[in-house]
This record gives sequence, structure tokens and C-alpha cells, in this order.
Amino acid sequence: MQTLETPPDQREIRAYFTPVDKVFRGFVSTAALFSLAVLVLIAAFLLYRGFEIFSDFGMKFLTTSKWEILNPEDASTATFGIAAMLVGSVITATIAIVIAVPFAMAAALFIEYYSPKFLRTALTALLDLVAAIPSVIYGIWGYVVLLPLVEDWSATLNKYLDWIPIFSVRTPIFGRSPFLAGLLLSIMILPIVTSVAREVYSQAPRELVDATYALGGTKWGGIKTVVLPFGRSGLVGGAMLGLGRALGETVAVYLTLNLVFEVNFKILASAGGNVASLIATKFGEASAYEIKGLMAAGLVLFLVTLAVNFMATVIVNRARKIV
Amino acid sequence: MTTYQYTDVVPAPRRPWDHSRSTMIRTVTLIVLAGLFGSLLNKFTGLSGFLGWYVGLAIAVPVIAFVGSARHGWNIASDRIATSLVSVAFATVAIPWVSIFVEVYKKGSKAFHASYLTDDMRITPSSDALQYGGVAHAILGTLLMVLIASLIAVPLGILAAVYIVEVKGRFAKMVRFLTQAMSGVPSIVAGLFIYSTVVIFFGGFSAIAGSLALVILMLPTVARTSEEVLKIVPDELRSASYALGATQARTTFRVVLPTVASGLLTAAVLGVARVVGETAPLILTSSYFVAKSTNIGEPIASLPIYIFSSLGLGDSNATTRAWGGSLVLLGVVFILFAIARTISTRLRRK
Amino acid sequence: MDNNINNETSTPEVIVPSVPADAGVLEDRTQRNAGNLEVSRRGGLEAVGVHAWFNKHHALADVSLHFPENTVTGLIGPSGCGKSTFLRLLNRMHEFIPKAAMAGEVLFEGNDIYAQGVNPIEIRRRIGMVFQKANPFPAMNIGENVIAGLKLARVKVDDKDALIEECLTRAGLWNEVKDRLTAAGGSLSGGQQQRLCIARALALKPDVLLLDEPCSALDPGSTLRVEETIVQLSESMTIVIVTHNMQQAARVSDYCAFFLSDGGPGRLVEADLTTNIFSNPSDQRTADYVQGRFG
Repeated sequence: MQTLETPPDQREIRAYFTPVDKVFRGFVSTAALFSLAVLVLIAAFLLYRGFEIFSDFGMKFLTTSKWEILNPEDASTATFGIAAMLVGSVITATIAIVIAVPFAMAAALFIEYYSPKFLRTALTALLDLVAAIPSVIYGIWGYVVLLPLVEDWSATLNKYLDWIPIFSVRTPIFGRSPFLAGLLLSIMILPIVTSVAREVYSQAPRELVDATYALGGTKWGGIKTVVLPFGRSGLVGGAMLGLGRALGETVAVYLTLNLVFEVNFKILASAGGNVASLIATKFGEASAYEIKGLMAAGLVLFLVTLAVNFMATVIVNRARKIV
Repeated sequence: MTTYQYTDVVPAPRRPWDHSRSTMIRTVTLIVLAGLFGSLLNKFTGLSGFLGWYVGLAIAVPVIAFVGSARHGWNIASDRIATSLVSVAFATVAIPWVSIFVEVYKKGSKAFHASYLTDDMRITPSSDALQYGGVAHAILGTLLMVLIASLIAVPLGILAAVYIVEVKGRFAKMVRFLTQAMSGVPSIVAGLFIYSTVVIFFGGFSAIAGSLALVILMLPTVARTSEEVLKIVPDELRSASYALGATQARTTFRVVLPTVASGLLTAAVLGVARVVGETAPLILTSSYFVAKSTNIGEPIASLPIYIFSSLGLGDSNATTRAWGGSLVLLGVVFILFAIARTISTRLRRK
Repeated sequence: MDNNINNETSTPEVIVPSVPADAGVLEDRTQRNAGNLEVSRRGGLEAVGVHAWFNKHHALADVSLHFPENTVTGLIGPSGCGKSTFLRLLNRMHEFIPKAAMAGEVLFEGNDIYAQGVNPIEIRRRIGMVFQKANPFPAMNIGENVIAGLKLARVKVDDKDALIEECLTRAGLWNEVKDRLTAAGGSLSGGQQQRLCIARALALKPDVLLLDEPCSALDPGSTLRVEETIVQLSESMTIVIVTHNMQQAARVSDYCAFFLSDGGPGRLVEADLTTNIFSNPSDQRTADYVQGRFG
């Protein structure tokens, strides 16, 4: 048999697109890059409009908490600092995550492993529906229905647990507080976190769960040994998606948290705020300079949520790829 | 040495492992006992009302589960406790959602009267008695803005998906990633951006500004759903079209897209459902107006802003109107959802 | 009807399918098969008139089979005739399939494992199972995998390390992994993973071990190692193995049970000493299958 000593030269195959297709591809590419353009433009415009604030205040914008402008016409009388709002964003979002994640895990396990077969599709659809409830409806429910209940609960918590610093208050007035806002946020992010968790838990390999049964395990043994470790990264990704939403939530926080420009760790006290609700509150009567301050605050919020969502997407995609 | 004799007598199938009846009895007993404990806690301790009931139940259920199954050993007992805790957690999670649906309906229906959906608030202050005024202006405004937003966002979203799946350009991965990143933009930031450009440039709030803010929020949902739908189309379909000499343009528009037309429709509906309830961006762009209007260059009403501003007035009639608006909004979301699901189940059935 | 082996068989000329010369432990099989075997019915496992259904589909009909203690029984037959279903009935794994049903009894040490009040977890602890596809737990390392069953079945053991070494030795894996017990469970080759699964099943000290085509995904070298392990284990426990590979059945089992389905439910056609099944089966269908005319 004849053997080739050297393989023949490879011929280059090039795809030539017809003029029609060149136009088509160009058109589609332009449209697709619109999303890139928008993101860049958002950052650019917020920076452009808010730049003056950063040059006037520098890092103090992020580290101080006073927000006032004594004379709306005179920019030099302004003191803008969003530290209290940044801390408030973190506190409310943290409360939301701490409450939501365990319940989301349990709800996802319930839907996927404990609910009767016929209910499963209905519950999954219901979950999607609840995720679509607009935030303003959560807001009005939180303000009218949840607020009186939480006032009660905060009083009780304060009565028995005020030796823990975060549960103590300076004045025993409970109402719109970081606790209420955090609780409402947790209810709002529960559907998305539960959805992601449920999807990941449903993909745990059945053969491994069977193996645990063959070793004399119970259903809970199988879940603990196989499903939960398997779903860990997916759960983290879902939690971060929820975190991103909680950080940027406006209306719900506006209605349930009293805006006070002071860093406040006492979650039962009636003071706090997050960056988004700051913007919504101050916007109505803001002078031109104050609007610039709000733009700067918006830029900070934009960058923070972008970072959180970026990490979340990476984690969720990696979890999906393992499957 | 075995020879086998067949018998034709087939015994009845049994399920000796099936304990569903005793499980049900056990569960009911558990709930009753836990309820008793909850009511005791309610009456005799400082934990009153709903909190007392809940704490009582949450403690009692696993404890009773444990006591009842301890005799079978820790393995089975821990399994039963886990089951009870997971069920209690799920019930807890379901309570606020049920409450929202119930309260919106109860309080919202109080605002309804014969012409509620056709009147606006042009001549009626919010604190007036409830049989005057309505939400027509808000419904109209929302419809208008969502329509304009869809006209922009749906084609752009589908085209982005086409770029990622069909054209597979050099930037496909980046576009996909950025579209996902865009879905994380807080709604108020989108409003702030449109404010800093369109509103300032044109010197005032307008419906068109509101629509543009909604486009930013709608685009990622449409793009992502369209991408998933396009990925399902088998390559053989495209190959067949190319083999017949069609250009990529023709293949995409005449073959691929029509195949998934209902999927793309679902993507559009889901995008609409996503933005129909957005409040924050509209505060900064389309503001509010009390009368029915189709003037896109002027401020306009919308359901979320109607709810938000009515609530802010503090008056009890105004608050009821806010609930009424919420009922309408929830109804709209519900209908959109039902439409999306019907389309997608019909798509799956094909 | 009864596959009770009595004492008065003559010693026919034993024709045993050829066994490779370097099979080691497997060579002894020929001696055991040829002689008389005292069989006790007190211990061991027995199925009496067992049927199985999958949601109205009658998959297995009227199987009665006794598994003598400390022997290996091979379940052979073409695919789809209920061998794996039968196996899963023996350790109460069949019931995890929704809408499954059964009839008949499975006696373990004289007691029906499907009787009311029997704890299935206890049964599965004493009747272990190894699956077709090796499934070590990916979240655990090798050592943790071996004793995973202890945690799952809540069995207390004083010296975990000794148990790990004992199980891995019995599974024939100790020498290969003794230096890397903390390596991930998935870092082993296919054959090693399967032996790890065997070690994991052994940690609970079962009386019976069920194996569902354990070597079907393995290369010949690993297959041989697993088969050696199985033969060695049968000195201290009863083993039931489902296999498609007739040569494997011949190498490894003392008894064989031939299952067949004629389009309806699977049935037990013949069960006998392996040598008899292969050299002079009583049923023509068995002869056809064993000689490769179908299946």
C-alpha cells in the first residue's frame, strides 16, 4: 500500500457571502450591538452628568452621610454623601438574603421532592407567576398589610432580644424600618431564588439518589448526601441574582423605609434608606445641582449591581454547565 | 434440575409498602396538635396574633414529628422531621403570596364600580367618594407606552438573538453576555439614564421617554427567550434551506423565524409582562397625568404611577383607589401570563 | 417446579466452558460445581411466587427461586425479560418506581420482607446492591465514599479507618488507593470506581449482595478483577448477579437462573447448577439461549 510521506497542502475554504447576506449580517450585527451601546451609554451619561459631583466631593461622596443643599441655587452650599444609603442598601439586602435563601432551599426541595406529582407543574407555574408580580404591588401590600404586623413583631423582638445590638433602638417607635424593608425584599426575591434552586435540584442525578436508597438511606439522607451538595453552586448563583435585585429595588423600599441620612445598624429602628429610594425621594424637588448628585448616586448603584449580576451569571452558568 | 409449570392464575397486584393512609392520618393529627399548641401560645404568652400561631406551629410540628417517630430510630425520625420542616417552610413561603392575591382582590374590588375601567381622574380628586373616577387613563397610558416599547424592543431583541444563534458573529458571546448583564440594570437607573438624555434634551417628561426607559428593561427578556427558542430549531432545517440555494437572510426570515413564530410571540409577551408593572423608571420619565391622553410628547398616566401616587396621598379613599389599580395591574399580568403559557404549550404540542 | 438440589445426583461428565489459564481464583469453581452440595434452606434468600407490575404492565410472573447461602447465583436471559426488576424486588428497591406493584413473597431468613411492619431500610442494609453504572458520590473522597453507607443507614462503627481498609481490601482495591484515600471519588478508572461501589456496599456488612450487570461498562481487565472479587466474596455472603454475558455467568456463578419473556411477563424457565445449565439443560429454550441461537 502506498503511504503518503507528507500530507497535501490544505486548501483554504472561505465563505463568501452574497451582497444580500452582507447587508443582512451587517444589519443584524448593528442591532445586536445596540445592547452594548446602551450599557456603555448609561455609564457614560451618568458619569458625564454626575462628574461634577465626583470632582467636587471626591471620595467623600461615598464615605459621608449628609445629604442637603441649603440653597438650591448655590452649589457651594451642598453636602452630598451616600454612605448611609450604601450601608442601608447592604443591610436591607443582607436581611433579605438571610431570610430568603433557607426558605428558598426548602421551598425548592418541597416542590421538587416532596410535593405530589400532579402538583409539581402547577407549583412551578405558580412560582413563575409570583416572580412576575410588579414591585409596586409588593410595595402597597408591604405598606398597608405587612407594616402593622411588623410593628408588632419588632416591638416583641425588641422586648426580648434587645441585648443584641442590632435589635436595640434608641426610641421605641417601630414602623418603617430596615427590618420591614428587608423582610419585604426577601418576599420579593424568594420566587427567583426558589426558581433557580428548583431547577438545579431537579437535575441532581437520580442514579446517585438511588445509590443512597440502596445503602439504607431515607429520602432526607439522599437529599443531604446528593442533592444539596450538587445544587450548592446553583443556589449561590440564584442568591446573588436575588441580591442584585434587592440592591436596586426602589418602590418597595421607598414605601417601607424611612429615609434618614445616618448610618444605622439598628434594624428595628425607623431609619435607613437605600440608594434607589434616595433617588426616587429626592428627585421630585431637586435643583439642577442636586440632580447631578442623584446622577452620581445612580452611577454608583449601576456599577455595584452590574458587578453583582456579573458574578451571579458566571456562577449560575458554571453550575448549569456541570450538569 | 428444574422443570417449570406455568399457571394461569395471576394474583392481584399489591403495594405492601404503601402507607399513604396511615401517613395521612399521621399528618392530620400532627397539624391538629400543632394548631392546639399554637392557640395555647397565642392565648397565654406575649406572642399574639399571627406571630403566636406561626411560632407555635413552627416549633410544634417538628417536635411532634420527632416524638411520634422516635420509636423507629433516629434514621426514620430525622427523615420525618426533615419532611415536616420542609413542608412548614413551604407553607410559610406561600402565605405572603396568598395574602397578596387575597388582599389585592378584597381591597381592590371596593374601588370598582360600573365605569371604573372607563373613567379617568380628570375631574375627580383622589379623596372623593369611590363611585367617581376610574383608571381608564392609567390603562390607556400603560398600553400606549408598552406598545411603543414593544415596537422597539421586540425587533431589537429578536435581532440580537438572531445574531447570537444564526449569524454567530465575532461578538456573539459578548452580545449574549451583555444582554444578560443588561437584565441586571436597576429600573431606576434606566429611568435616570433616559432622564439624563431624552427628558433633559426635550425639556420635559413624556410618554415617549417612558417607553424608551421600558425598552431598556424589556430588551434582555425578549432577547434571552428568543435565543432559547431559536436554539431549539434543528440544524437540518437550515441545511435543507441552504442546500436549495437560499441566502442566509432568506433562510432566517422565511424558514427559521416562521418555525418559531409562536415562541417569539411568547418572548414578546414575557417582555411585556416584565415591564408593565415598572414604577421607578416612569417616575423619572413619563411622570403622571390625570386625564386620558394619547399625546406621546407629554406626561402620561400609567397604572404603576397611578397606584404609587394615590398611595402617597394618605387619604383612605385614595388608598382604596390604589388597591383598585393594583387589582387591574395584577389582572393584566395574570392575563399576559396565561397568554404566554397557552402559546408555549401549544408550541410544545406541535 | 422446585429447584431444590438433592443429594443423589450422579456425577456426570462435567463440561465447563473454558476458563483462561490465568484466572486465578476462578479455577476453583469447577471443583465446587461438580461435587455434591449440602444446601440449607434456613438461611439465605428465597423468592416465592413473585410477580411485578409497572403501572398495570405485568413485567414478571410467578418467579420462585431459592438462593442458597454463600453461593453465587447468576440471572441470565435476553434483555427485557425482567431480570433487573426481579433483582430490585429482592431488596425493596422496586417500590421507588411510581405506580409499581408486586405479588408473592420474598423470604429473608424465613421472614417475608414485604410483611407489614418490616423496616425496608433495615432490609436494604442487609441486602446490598451494586448498580450497572458505577456511581461513587462525587462530593466525597474515596474514604468517605466507602463509609457513606454508615451515615445513611445510621450505623455506628468505632474504627472507621479499619473498616475502610477492610472493605477496600475485600473489594480488591486497597493496594491501588491506600495512598490516596483523600482523592476525589471520581478520579478513579471505571473498574476502580465499580470496585469502590462494591467496597461501599460491603461497609454495611450485608448478608446478601445483589449486582446488576456490574461489568457491562468495564473493559475485560477490570471485568476479570471484579469477577475475582465476586467469587472471593461469595465465601462469606450470598451473591446474586444479573448478567448478559454467558461466559461471565459460567466463570462466576454456582447456580444459574434463566429468564425469558414470550412477549408477556418475564418468567423463570429453568434454574440449576451452572454446569447443568450449560452442559445439559432440561428446557430446549435454555439450550437455545446458552448456545447462542438467540438473545
